[in-house]
This record gives sequence, C-alpha cells and structure tokens, in this order.
Amino acid sequence: MLREGLTRVAEALATPLVPADYFDMFDPLRKGADLRGRIEEIHMETADAATIVIRAGADWAGHVPGQYVRIGVDIDGVRTWRPYSLTHGPRGDGRISVTVKAVPDGLVSNHLVRHTKPGTLVHLEQAAGDFVLPPEGGRFTFITAGSGITPVIGILRNLFPVTDDGVLRLERSDNFDIVVVHVAPSQPESIFIDNLRSLDEAGAIRLIARYDDQHGILDVNALGELVPDLAERTTYACGPGGLLDALESFHDTKEVPLQVEKFRATYVEPGEGGTVTFAKSGVTIDVDGATTLMEAAEEAGVLMPSGCRMGICFTCVLPLKEGVVRDLRNGEITSVTESDNVRVQTCINAAAGACTFDH
Amino acid sequence: MTVISRKADNQIAHLSSEDVQAIGRELEAIRRDVLESRGARDAAYIRRVIQVQRSLELGSRAVLLFSKWRPAWVVGTAGLAVAKILENMEIGHNVLHGQWDWMRDPKIHSSTWEWDHASPAEQWKRTHNDMHHTYTNVIGKDNDLGYGIMRVDEDQPWQPRHLLQPFENLLNALFFEYGITLYDLDMGQYMRTGKKIDGAFKRRVKGALRKVGRQVTKDYVVHPLMSGPSAKSTLTANFTANVIRNVWSHAVIMCGHFPEGVETFETDSIEGETKDEWYVRQMLGSANIDGPPLMHIMTGNLSHQIEHHLFPDLPSNRYGEIAPRVRELFEKYDLAYVSGSLPKQVYSAWRKIIRLSLPNDFFGANKTPEGSTPTAPLVVLAPAAVLG
Repeated sequence: MLREGLTRVAEALATPLVPADYFDMFDPLRKGADLRGRIEEIHMETADAATIVIRAGADWAGHVPGQYVRIGVDIDGVRTWRPYSLTHGPRGDGRISVTVKAVPDGLVSNHLVRHTKPGTLVHLEQAAGDFVLPPEGGRFTFITAGSGITPVIGILRNLFPVTDDGVLRLERSDNFDIVVVHVAPSQPESIFIDNLRSLDEAGAIRLIARYDDQHGILDVNALGELVPDLAERTTYACGPGGLLDALESFHDTKEVPLQVEKFRATYVEPGEGGTVTFAKSGVTIDVDGATTLMEAAEEAGVLMPSGCRMGICFTCVLPLKEGVVRDLRNGEITSVTESDNVRVQTCINAAAGACTFDH
Repeated sequence: MTVISRKADNQIAHLSSEDVQAIGRELEAIRRDVLESRGARDAAYIRRVIQVQRSLELGSRAVLLFSKWRPAWVVGTAGLAVAKILENMEIGHNVLHGQWDWMRDPKIHSSTWEWDHASPAEQWKRTHNDMHHTYTNVIGKDNDLGYGIMRVDEDQPWQPRHLLQPFENLLNALFFEYGITLYDLDMGQYMRTGKKIDGAFKRRVKGALRKVGRQVTKDYVVHPLMSGPSAKSTLTANFTANVIRNVWSHAVIMCGHFPEGVETFETDSIEGETKDEWYVRQMLGSANIDGPPLMHIMTGNLSHQIEHHLFPDLPSNRYGEIAPRVRELFEKYDLAYVSGSLPKQVYSAWRKIIRLSLPNDFFGANKTPEGSTPTAPLVVLAPAAVLG
C-alpha cells in the first residue's frame, strides 16, 4: 500500500518521463531496470575469438547450460541484437560470459571482439533456448562446427568443471556419456580446443576433432565410422545451416533423435518485392518492389496510418518484426530480424523480401 | 507578405523546370551525405543532450526544495526554465520528428517519446509533422500561418477581430503550450465553422485533458508539496519557468515563418506539386536566426529553420553543418535566404502582426512596406508556370 503510494508520487514527479529514466542515470543495473549488463572483461581465445564477461543487471534470472542470450550493442549509433551461447554453467561470481568469433563481415562479432572496451553497457534479454540436456543424464553425441561449439562448451563446463587440479568429476555428472565431434577449418582456429582436450584426457568425454585442412570436409554420411554407436545416442548439433540440414536428413533416415541449435541468419539478401504479412490485420499480400508498402496494403484493404505520404512526417511508421525493405527515395536497405525493434516508414519503403508487420 | 504568385517581383519566376529539378537533385545529394555519415557521433550527441537536460532538471528541482530562500528561487527557476526549453526544443521537437529513430533505441524514438508540454505528443505530431511540414506556408492549408487566429499575410482577408491580434499574440506567447494544445485539437476550426463534434475530436480532448492534468499536477501540486515550507515559492518558480519557456519558444517559432521576406503560396499552386517543387517551397517558406552555438541549441536548431524544413528527419546537430551548402544553393539560383539576428527577426514578426491587425490599405495603397501591389492584375499562376 505504502509502496504503491510512493510509486504513484514518483510517477507524478517524473512525468512525462518515468522514474526509471532518472534512476537509470545512476544505476542502470539495479533491480527493476530494463535488463542490461556491463562488460567487465574481454579475453582473447584465438586470434579472432574472444570471451566476454558481463555483469548482468540484478534481474538476470539465470540460465541452463546450452542456452543463449540475446545481446544488444550500439554500433555506429544503431542498436543491433545478436544471440550468443552462454559458455559456462552458473558462475560463482554471478557474472555471465559469451564467446564471440569475429566472422568476415560480421558487424556485431567484429565490434565485440575488436572494438569493445571493458566498462561498456550492453542490452540483454533473459536466457532462452531448448538446446539443453535432460538432468537425469543419458548418452549423447555433440556435433559442432566452428563457433557452434559455444553452447556445447557451456554444457560441458557445467558437467565437468576444470580446476587447477584438473577436471572435477561430480556425482551428478556420472550418468552422462558424451562424445564430441568437433569440426574446424584448422587447429589454430579452433576455439576451446584445449578445454575439450583436457576433458578428453580426463576421461570425461570422448573428443573426435576434425580439421578440414587435415581430414578434409566432414562427410555426414560417414558419421557412423567416427561414432560407431551413434544410433544408440541422442545427437545435439550446432553449426552452419548447411551442416545442420545434412545432419537432419541423415538422422531422419537413420531414425536417430536430433536436437539442433540454429542461430537465425542476421542478414537477408535484399531482392525485389515479396510476401508481406500484416499479422494483426490477418492480411498477406504479394507486392512488387516498386509499390510502397502503404499503397499495397491500402489496396488490399488494410487500415494504414498515414500522413504526408512523402516520407517526412513519420505518422505511418509500423513495427517491422522481420524482413527487408528498400527506401524508394535512395535505395537504402533496412534488414530486420526478430526483436530488433524497428519501425519503418511505409509510405516510402517497398518490400525487398518477405516481411512481417506487427499491425 | 503576399502569396508569391501575385508579387510583382516574384522571385521564382526566373526558375526553369530544369532549375527546379537541379535544385532537388542537389538537395538530395546533401541529404545523402548526411545519411551516409550519420553514426556514433550523432548518437553520442543526443544522449549527451538528454543527460545534461535531465541532470539540470533534477538539480534545479532539488534547489527549488528550498525556494523560500530567494537565491535558491532564482537559481532553481533559471535552471528549470533552461531544462524545459532544452526538453521541448532540442530534444522533444526533434525526437518527435523521427530524427533519432534510426538509432533503434526504443527510449529515444518518435513513436514512444512524450514531452514536457501540455499537448500530447501524438496530437502534436499530427498537426505539426504532417499538416505544417507538408503544407508549409500554403494559405488555407497550413494553419501554422497565424495559428488560425491571427492574420499574418496580406492575402488573408481582414476582419475587425484582427484588431485584437497583437494582444492575442502576447497572450499566446505567455501561455504558448496551451495555445498549441488548443491548436492541435483543431479547436478553432470546430468553434468557428461549427464543425460537428465527432468521436475523434472527443478522444483528442480527453487525451489532452489527461496530459494537461498530469503536467499541472506535477508543476503546481506535487513538486510544491515536496518542498514543504517552500511550497508556495516552488509553485511560483515552476509557473515562472513555464512562462519563460513559453515566451522563448513562441519567439523562436514566430521567427521561423513570420519575418518579412518569407514567401507564402496559394492552395492552387501545390496541386500536382513534385518533390522538387516541394523543396523550393520549403526553401522560400522559412527563415533562419543567426547567433552563437548556444543559441542554436536553445532554439532546438530551429534557428536553422530552412534546413529543418528541407530535411525534417535529419538529426538537428547536422543542420548547422549543412547550412553553408544550402546557402550556396540559394545564391546559385538567386533565391533569398532569409536570415537575421533573434532581435531583428522577432521585431520583424511582431511588426507584421501589428501591421496586419489593420486592413491592407490602412496606410494608403502605395505605402505597404514590401511594395506589394494590390492594384496589380490578380494572376493566379498555375504551378506549371511558377515552379515547373
């Protein structure tokens, strides 16, 4: 009652802002704030991969190893979100960490690995994802390629913590029989390889490392030779889309259970026109690349907010959940993936691919 | 000021349609250059302004807790007035224009921002971003021309009620935010034309009353009560800060479109208007204010009204940077870039409002200050003849 009263007074004092806007000036990581984190440490793992240790805000609800967290960073002034696997179990210091590999043309990964300094605030969402092991244990094959190792390393570190005295064997981990098939272009580029080897040497897991430059590209159909008892295990795979597709059809034929972790493509190649869905209105239309979204939607009977119809008043902006649009005035492309939180002007943009609007 | 097509020295008569297209192309190039270089520096700028504004507001409100002590009243009132001006001008107005939407920060976004002003952001965006910025200075279309209560153009017919407009303007200056609230409601239109009160109007009135209620409660109830024994003096401090903000923003906005030299346009002249022609209309329909950097920030960079009207969605910190290029373009095509110091422009706007409170021929037909010729044949030039 008293608390409610105080909140109302604080709101009356702060209007048109909310009290949180003022609290954020002093303590952005406090309880009740939008979830954020402060980058505290950055360790290079290989020449182009780094582990980033983050002090998450007070409302961080924790995670199950194997899950990922979406991180929003401001790059060139633009808030950009990407998912990253949490590479550890619950940490004693309460911090979280992700390991990021700077990929060619990777906007966010390069920014995080090469241009970020400790002390930077980032935006976070709660951990999510069902790439997690059942707590009772079982027999598993992990197939990982490149940075696809990251959710797996989180799971393994939680099951088999590495201390100065070597790998700890915990009772709760006795029921896990794990084979890891790890694929990388070459050995020096392999993140966490030392970690995997010490787990292998301690007998915690069986590691099968495959390097493209030594062993050639992995042939999915020959997996049975690498892991003879593959059919008696459940497979967990994380890596590039091509590998996952091949694994899916292979496991389908062999009727072996498979769990994959896919990170969505973060950039969609723009084309001309596409299928546009207005989710709330329940309308889906096919539009060409020269008609504005507003014209096309109005033509199809969708009630659209509109104003100047020339791109200056911003009355017509609608939340684009996913898709690509092109500004017909200058060809500027806006590419949006889930929860980027982007509103686009419908009066001057045309579809440049499939789009879904929250309208 | 007389609509441009009726002027003896119509300053766009010499422009060919190729010229107009070339002007459009050059302005698009300026716009593209800004878009391409827009980035971290700009984001840091607006965040910094917001940080300074909030610190100043918080500090001033804290000082005003002791406003019974005279020096605290003076310092707190001055600080709060500056904070409110920054909030309305450099932050609110520009965020609501979508100038910072590109940052994808949901907290600094035209669709989520609410400002420290009596009129709800939603209603302001409708009349300002859409009506005023689209139909700038078109007689009968742009209600910002005199806000629907004053006569600011020779071509608006004189009525006896205009005799009062100097007093109305003074009143409007003191309580500008409420004037704007009524204006955003289309209140004048409903009252004068007897337009039927519809659901949309009722919804707007309800929204405005809610917003005004919150604003009044904050400045005249809750903050004074927090000051305990200083309640009464905090109330007068908040009132004074609001009035200072009102007078200042009223002055700045008058300077945007009312000074001598700014052109107006006939409704007919914008039929079938192209984007290039729209650009030319924006160039001639606005006036700038000269002054030091601090003045530009305090006017929300509306001192670069011409640049703002050409590119209402570009970040305000860039207007000053592109102003020399825009000015060059004016000179190249022999167009008048109207600019002057704040006192000069305020004087010019006030003079016009007082002059036009009287009929056009009050001083005798030949003495109308701009040399506009009421006896000249009334030629309504088609847009093709004027602009294209």
